[in-house]
Amino acid sequence: MKKIHVTTTVNNDNVEFLCDPRETLLDVLRDRLNLTGAKEGCGTGDCGACSVTVDGRLVCSCLVLGAEAEGKKIATVEGIAKGEELHPLQHKFIEYAALQCGICTPGILVAAKSLLEKNPDPTETEVRYWLAGNLCRCTGYDKIIRAVMDTAADMREAS
Amino acid sequence: MALDDQKPSGFKFVGTSPDRPDGLDKVTGRARFGADAYAPGMLHGAVVRSPHAHARIVRIDTSKAEALEGVKAVVTRADFVDGLQGEFGFVLENVMAGEKALYDGHAVAAVAASSQLIARDAVKLVEVEYEVLPHVTDVDAAMAENAPVLNDSYADASVPAGHHPNVVRYHDSGHGDVDAGFAEADLVIEDSFKTEATHQGYIEPHACLASLGGDGKGELWCTTQGHWIAQKTCAALVGIDTSQLRVTASEIGGGFGGKTTVFIEPVALALSRKANRPVKIVMTRSEVFRATGPTSSTSMDIKIGMKKDGTITAAQGIFRLQGGAFPGAPMEFSAMCAFAPYSLTNVHQVGYDVISNRPKQAAYRAPGAPMASFAVESVIDELCSQLDLDPIDVRLKNASREGTKASYGPKFERIGLVETLEAAKAHPHYSAPLEPGQGRGISCGFWFNHGGETSVSLALSEDGTCQISVGTPDIGGSRASMALMAAEELGIPYENIRVTIADTATLGYNDVSHGSRVTYASGLATIKAAKDAVGKLCKRAAAKWGIPEDAVYWEDGCAKPSGANAGNFDPMPLAKITKSMGRSGGPISGHFEATPEGAGVSFGTHIVDAEVDPETGKTAVVRYTVIQDAGKAIHPSYVEGQFQGGAAQGIGWALNEEYIYGEDGRLQNSIFLDYRVPVASDLPMIDTVIVEVPNPGHPYGVRGVGETGIVPPLAAIANAVSAAAGVRLRHLPMSPPRILRALKDKG
Repeated sequence: MKKIHVTTTVNNDNVEFLCDPRETLLDVLRDRLNLTGAKEGCGTGDCGACSVTVDGRLVCSCLVLGAEAEGKKIATVEGIAKGEELHPLQHKFIEYAALQCGICTPGILVAAKSLLEKNPDPTETEVRYWLAGNLCRCTGYDKIIRAVMDTAADMREAS
Repeated sequence: MALDDQKPSGFKFVGTSPDRPDGLDKVTGRARFGADAYAPGMLHGAVVRSPHAHARIVRIDTSKAEALEGVKAVVTRADFVDGLQGEFGFVLENVMAGEKALYDGHAVAAVAASSQLIARDAVKLVEVEYEVLPHVTDVDAAMAENAPVLNDSYADASVPAGHHPNVVRYHDSGHGDVDAGFAEADLVIEDSFKTEATHQGYIEPHACLASLGGDGKGELWCTTQGHWIAQKTCAALVGIDTSQLRVTASEIGGGFGGKTTVFIEPVALALSRKANRPVKIVMTRSEVFRATGPTSSTSMDIKIGMKKDGTITAAQGIFRLQGGAFPGAPMEFSAMCAFAPYSLTNVHQVGYDVISNRPKQAAYRAPGAPMASFAVESVIDELCSQLDLDPIDVRLKNASREGTKASYGPKFERIGLVETLEAAKAHPHYSAPLEPGQGRGISCGFWFNHGGETSVSLALSEDGTCQISVGTPDIGGSRASMALMAAEELGIPYENIRVTIADTATLGYNDVSHGSRVTYASGLATIKAAKDAVGKLCKRAAAKWGIPEDAVYWEDGCAKPSGANAGNFDPMPLAKITKSMGRSGGPISGHFEATPEGAGVSFGTHIVDAEVDPETGKTAVVRYTVIQDAGKAIHPSYVEGQFQGGAAQGIGWALNEEYIYGEDGRLQNSIFLDYRVPVASDLPMIDTVIVEVPNPGHPYGVRGVGETGIVPPLAAIANAVSAAAGVRLRHLPMSPPRILRALKDKG
C-alpha cells in the first residue's frame, strides 16, 4: 500500500515520517520514531498503556492512525521530564512505590499529568475515575492513587 | 538452619523502603520490555491460529503466503523436533499443533515478513483444511461418559480404572477417619462449588526477538519469568544444545505465573533459522487470551463437620480442575492447600486433573489454592453463621500452629496464622460499624512458597562499590530487596550496589521467578554470596596486618581485629581493601548456589466489606484489609504492594473475571473490554498489616509474600456478599447476572 508522508511535532521536536495508512500512531511512535515509552497492552483502547496527548487531549495512541498526526502536537512519556529534571509525578511514583512491573506506568503518568493540568485539586474519586482507562494489574491502584493525590497537593503548594 | 544462625534484629538497611534502582527508567519510558527490542535486518512474525475448538488438521497449504512479497519464511510443525516426550512434548504440541488443533486459538503455522502488516496479511493466506471434531470445554462435561476424547494416551498410572480418558491425573491424600469425624459433629454442611477460568492478565503481551543460525547458535530476548527454563525448552523444541542458546530476559510487564513457559519463543527461533534473519513476534491481546495460560476452571464438593463450640471434627473435599488440552492442572495444590489453615484429626482430599478443549493452563499466583479456599472458607463461614459463632474465633480455635500435622502431611514449623488472625481481630476494620446493605466477610489463605535452583554472583569494584548478578527476573521490585540485603552484609550504602538480572551465559541455572521464591531464594543466595566476599575481604586485611585470618571480623563495612590479642589496628574499610585488590591477590567476588529447601509457608487473613446493589446485582467492595505473615519484610513498600496486588486480582476473580466459551467452543471475550479486570474506580484503598513471624529457613527470616494474597479474597468476598444480601454464591465470578439470579431465587 502506498505510504503517506506526515509532518508533525512530537515532544516539541519537528518530525517527518512515511507510514502505511493502516499504521496506528502507536506503531509509528514505536517502530518509526524509536519512542518505545508508549506500550501496546491491548490494541483496542481498553488498557491505556499507549496513552499520549494529541494537541493536549488525552488519547489511546492505538486508536489514532499515524496519518492523523499531520500538523498536530503529540506529547509522550518521553517528554514529561525536562532534561535531567523529573516531573513531580515521576518523583512521587518512585517514592511511593507506585509501580511494580512498570509496564502501565508511562500511560498512567501521561494520563495523571493530563488530569492535574485540568484539575489541580482532584478528589480521590475523581482520580480513580480519570485513571479508570488505565489498567494496572500489579498494584491494586492504592499507591498510584496516593502518589497522584500527593503530587497534586505538592504542586498546589508550590504554585 | 537453626534460629540462632539468624540475624535477630538491629538491621540497618533491611526494613527500609528506598527508591528502586530501576525507578528512573520506568517513569521515563526508558525501560526496555519484551516488545522494545529491535535488531538490524529484523523480520516480524505472526501466527496462524485455529478457529476451531477441536479439529483434525487435514492439510496446510502455505504456497500463497510464501508467494506474498515480503514474506521470508513460513513454519509449521514439521520445522520442529520430532518425537519429544513428557513436558517438552506437551509444550511443543501447545506451541505448534501437530495432528489436531485442540482449542480455539491453537497455533498451526507461522510466518515471518519484512513488516508486521505483511506478516498479518500472510497469515490470512495460509490455507488450513480442518476436519471439525466434537469438543468439550466444561470440566464436569469433560469427565462425563460420552465426552469427546482429546487424547487417549495422556492419562498416567495415578488414575483409577473406570474414568474417562480425559481424566489424566488423580490425587488422594489425608489422615484420620472422616466418617467417624462427621458422626461426632453437631452440624455437617456439604456443598458444591464452581469457579470459572481467569487469566493472569499481565498488561504486557508476550514478546520476543530471536536470532538462530544454521550453525545451531542462537540469541533470544524475551519477556519471561525465567530465562533458563526458556533456554532449556526452546533449545529442545528447535533441536539445538541448551548452552548454544543465550537468553536475555527483558524487563517484564507482569507475569503472575503466566510467563513461566514459552509460546512464541520457539516459533520465532524456527522462523529465524529458516529466514536466516532475526525475527520479532509480539502477541496481540486476543492471542494472549486465546492461547496463553489461563487458570483452570473448577468443580468442587466440600463437606465439613463442626461441633457447637466451633471445633471442626472432619473435612473432606473433591477438587476437579480442567487445565486445557494438556495434563498439568494444579489439582494437587488445590487439594493440599484447601484445609491447610486448620488442625484436623480427620481430613480427606481428592483431586482430578481433567483435559478439555481450552488453552493449556499456566500457573497463576498460588496456582490451585484460591479456588479451593473459596469453597472451603465458604462452608466454614456457613457453619459459623448457622452455629452463631464468630468466624475469627472459630478459625483461631482450629488454627494450624507450630507442630500441627498439616492436612497435606508434614508437620508445620514456626508459622504465623494465629498472629494474622489475632491481628485481624484487633484491627479497627473488624469492629467498625457497617452501613445498611453492607456485609463483612473474612477468610484465611495458605500457600507453600518455594525454593528452587538459585545462583548469584557478586563482584566488588576498586572504588568500593558492588555489582550483583541474579538470575530471577524482577517482577515487583526485587532488585531493591537484593541490594538491601547485600548492603546489610557488606555494610556499604544501598546506593553503592547495582543489581542486574544476568543472562543465561552469566550464571548457572536459575529457577523461574515463581513460587514467591525470589526474595527468599535469590535473597538467601545474595546474603551468602556477600558473606563469601566478606570472608575474602577479611583475609586481605589479615594479610595486610600480618595476623591470622580468624583474628579478623567484619562490622559496619570494615575489617576489624577481633580483640586486643589480635593486634591494635584501625578498622580497614571495604573501599580501602578493594582499592589495592589487584595487587593483594586479585579481584574480590562472592558466589553462592544451591536449591534452598526452607522456603517457609505463608498464611494470611483478609477482611472485606461489600455492598450489593439489589437492582443491578453489582457488588462494590467498600473496605478491604490484608493481614499476612511476611516473615521479615525486606522492603516493606513492595511487600505491601504484593498484598494489595494479590487482593485486587482476587477481587477481579471473585466478581468479574471469567472465560466465556460459546456453544461453538470459541472464546467469546478475548479483549479487555469484555474480560474485565478491576479498574481504579472499582476498588477502595487496600489496607495492609505486615505480620513478621520469622521463617527459620532464611538468614533474616524472610517468607515469600507474592502469592498468598490472592488466596483469601474469593471466599472473603463471597462471605461478605452472603452477609450483605443473604445469598450464598457457589459459582464464581459473582457477576451481576449471577447475583440477580440468586436474589430472585431467594424471593
